[in-house]
Amino acid sequence: MAHPSQLGFQDAASPIMEELLHLHDHAMMVVFLISIFVLYIITLMITTSLTHTSTMDAQAVETIWTILPAIILILIALPSLRILYLMDEINDPHLTIKTIGHQWYWSYEYTDYEGLMFDAYMVQTQELPEGTPRLLETDHHMVVPTDSPTRMLISAEDVLHSWAVPALGIKTDAIPGRLNQTTFTTSHPGLFYGQCSEICGSNHSFMPIVIESSTLNSFETWSNLMLEP
Amino acid sequence: MQNFSAASVNFSQTRKQKGEYTTAPFDPRFPNTNQTRNCYQNYLDYHRCTKALAAKGKDTKLCDWYRRVFTSLCPVSWVKRWDEQREQGTFAGKI
Repeated sequence: MAHPSQLGFQDAASPIMEELLHLHDHAMMVVFLISIFVLYIITLMITTSLTHTSTMDAQAVETIWTILPAIILILIALPSLRILYLMDEINDPHLTIKTIGHQWYWSYEYTDYEGLMFDAYMVQTQELPEGTPRLLETDHHMVVPTDSPTRMLISAEDVLHSWAVPALGIKTDAIPGRLNQTTFTTSHPGLFYGQCSEICGSNHSFMPIVIESSTLNSFETWSNLMLEP
Repeated sequence: MQNFSAASVNFSQTRKQKGEYTTAPFDPRFPNTNQTRNCYQNYLDYHRCTKALAAKGKDTKLCDWYRRVFTSLCPVSWVKRWDEQREQGTFAGKI
């Protein structure tokens, strides 16, 4: 999860997020190389007394500084498009989970499991158990089996919300009257935190998301426990 | 595999076997992020199917697939609202 002195992204918990981190690192390398090159040229130009004031028809340099940036842009755009289409892929999901945004909590529906439904409210600071993150913990976790392709369907009941979990590389708007689909696969067990990411009213900051990825057996035990009256 | 009847559901017996995790599969008619129509179409298809088969006096068990898909996809509140509208005769879809 995120920590106070964090500069970069959270650790990846899904293959898609892994890909996104690689793209980010790749783009950052290009940015650094260009910045260093530009800074070097600037220092060179302001520290020399030699200036070209009448350069005309320099075809060679014109060609290079047109083609080179084009190649650099393609080198960023192609991996970016690859991930874009990778995120769209739906690989026969094992289960479907619906989440509905409300003012101000998320409700979850596992209709593949009879009537497994619950609301997830934030745990208030004064009731927070020792060692749990403030303003991020909920009274119910959304439990998913590790390594299972999961289909998330996201909607809202009242106003716009947005369901986001940075460690999984997911952010999908929750829109009243519309069902948005996204998929994810958690690559290891753990707790992954997220928050509502679309201003939705006074308690917008207080409707966090907690995903608990655990083994299939634990998931089964949990779903049976939740279903027992 | 275990059989369980809806009358007396013992939830500890509904534990699924590995490989038995069936949810609505990918539908090439709805390849986009927006799945609203996927849910609605399957809800319509289920009720059209049961109506047509019941009219012919046939077993409506064949329609269960559509029910399976729309319960997987549709938010419970939507299904509840549509069911109420159908009861009151104010449902906008053609069944």
